[in-house]
Amino acid sequence: MASVEKPADSGDLVLHSLTKRFGTFTAVDEVSLRIPRGSFFALLGPSGCGKTTTLRMVAGLEQPTHGEIRIGEKDVTYTKPYRRPVNTVFQSYALFPHLTVWENVAFGLKRRGVGEIRQQVSEVLELTELNTLAQRKPAQLSGGQQQRVALARAIVNRPAVLLLDEPLGALDLKLRRQMQVELKRIQNEVGLTFVHVTHDQEEAMTMADTIAVMNAGRIEQLGAPAELYENPATTFAANFLGQSNLIRAGVLDRQHDSATVALPTGTVRVPVSRLPADIDKVWVGVRPEKISVHEHPDSGPAGANRIPDAVVTDASFMGVSLQYLVRTPWGQELMVFEQNRGLGKVNRPGDLVCLSWSSDHTFALDAGQDAEAGIELDAEAG
Amino acid sequence: MAVQADTVARPGRRPGRRFAGIPYVLLLPGLLWLGIFFVVPMIFLLSQSLQTGSLETGYRLTFHFATYSDSLSQFARQFLRSFEYAFIATLLALLIGYPLAYTIALKAGRLKPVLLVMVIAPFFTSFLLRTLAWQTILNTDGLVMKFFRTTHLLSVTSALGWTNGQQLLSSPLAVVTGLTYNFLPFMTLPLFASLDRLDPRLLEAAGDLYARPITTFRRITLPMSMPGVVAGTLLTFIPAAVDFINSQLLGNPQTAMIGQVIDGYFLRINDYPTAAALSFSLMLAILILVSVYVRRSGTEELV
Repeated sequence: MASVEKPADSGDLVLHSLTKRFGTFTAVDEVSLRIPRGSFFALLGPSGCGKTTTLRMVAGLEQPTHGEIRIGEKDVTYTKPYRRPVNTVFQSYALFPHLTVWENVAFGLKRRGVGEIRQQVSEVLELTELNTLAQRKPAQLSGGQQQRVALARAIVNRPAVLLLDEPLGALDLKLRRQMQVELKRIQNEVGLTFVHVTHDQEEAMTMADTIAVMNAGRIEQLGAPAELYENPATTFAANFLGQSNLIRAGVLDRQHDSATVALPTGTVRVPVSRLPADIDKVWVGVRPEKISVHEHPDSGPAGANRIPDAVVTDASFMGVSLQYLVRTPWGQELMVFEQNRGLGKVNRPGDLVCLSWSSDHTFALDAGQDAEAGIELDAEAG
Repeated sequence: MAVQADTVARPGRRPGRRFAGIPYVLLLPGLLWLGIFFVVPMIFLLSQSLQTGSLETGYRLTFHFATYSDSLSQFARQFLRSFEYAFIATLLALLIGYPLAYTIALKAGRLKPVLLVMVIAPFFTSFLLRTLAWQTILNTDGLVMKFFRTTHLLSVTSALGWTNGQQLLSSPLAVVTGLTYNFLPFMTLPLFASLDRLDPRLLEAAGDLYARPITTFRRITLPMSMPGVVAGTLLTFIPAAVDFINSQLLGNPQTAMIGQVIDGYFLRINDYPTAAALSFSLMLAILILVSVYVRRSGTEELV
């Protein structure tokens, strides 16, 4: 039986300058991370961004070109997969088709030769609501049930780190939402470190304590979901995580807490804390749901950032919200989401309006970046 | 709702009814073939085995069951020997074929098609020629012989009764070698088919769940390739047990197998009832062995 260090001895998962090259292609490029023990961590990015390769290196299924992986104090960079205190929930589930659910779940425990297999397996089957299916073979289960077996088979081993490789990718939307809640509940109950790889930003935001946005083998930004969403650090993060309106602008004047920034017409204010230092050419960003539409072309609350004389070019009714495309005086189309609260009138294409949003909701990014970064990728992935 | 929508979408059509006859139509050529070339000859054979008479005086159906007991007691040794040789050859073919199939399926990469063709290549020449080639290979002047002599392996095999005297040919060893060689592709191909279907992600998953490579093989690869093992062993054992060429060309009178005896009784001694009775007994014995084997290996779910 493979000897595996006890999870109790281990702590944070640490990646240091982790790099993986396939020939001349760099899949993972100098990734350094510290994932605290017991946290729910998401690696979010479009397909091909290196997130799965990173995961596979942590699992030991791929050898890093260089760099280091540590779990707690122990360097596991070159440890064989079967000796790592790490388990994976595979995207394809990879359930053993010739074994029953029970045998699948007991597989890891048996290999490690731990006692009380029967009790541990039934506890996990209970947790994942699979007790009634214990004697079935994987082929006799639905997609959602198979997914739960894959999860049960991994968490029963109480690994120091549980890796989830797009575990919900094969499920339909409704089941996916349900399993997101389920996964989060289970993580709370078992208290293991979950590292979740996904291209679904909503999934990452729903479940994770911390998200690392990956792009082209690098980590673009790392933080709590709300922090990432409200303060994207790059245009890629701004576009991949939700949607953003990015307007080309120049910094006119910095005061101690807010700065005045010139749009193509008019000016807006940006909190200095959300403005890159020492850069005058910026993208001014605002999330579509932060913008209000006012019926008169020159109205809106005083002190707010405003774009008067805008024209509605498209209005779609989405049920919970209304989505507008609004053309600014300088010809750029901005996206606006308005909640359907039944107040006020629904604007139609051609209506002359004024847009406004709070200056606190404004962020600014270095204009040296591509404003389109992360847009198509998200559409493709979603 | 879904059912309703389905019926609405295809009004007036009863699915299935129109095509009910198709499976039978498709089965027809095969059934005809089997009927004419298998069932009818079987009936003739069965009837032949119960007849008495001679080629000159003609045969009459007398339900002479004694032909069975007489021939069986007379050739029990050849019967047992056939199964013994076939069993050893099957085992050897499995031991050679499994690593071969495993390598081709899982490790060969771009060489896979080439290696696969090499497994099938012997089929391009006749079975008889290939067996004759083994006469040359095991020849007293051959390299194999030289190797056996210089390493004193020959004295070992002689002591074990696998070879006689100073030669490899005309021995049980030669016959079993020939059988193993000739039926190796029948072992390798089903094994390859099974192993090729094996999802490598399952092997990764096993490693992830603390299974060492050897445990992964024992718990995942081997059980999942059991359909191939069963198919391969059957495809090797059955033709090996009834083979009459290898023992004739590579063996001696003491290695005679039952196929050889039947061959002789049909074509040289012209005792048709005995030959037919032996054929029938052989068929039954194999049928029983195979059913017990398939039942015990319990691979129905995996096929």
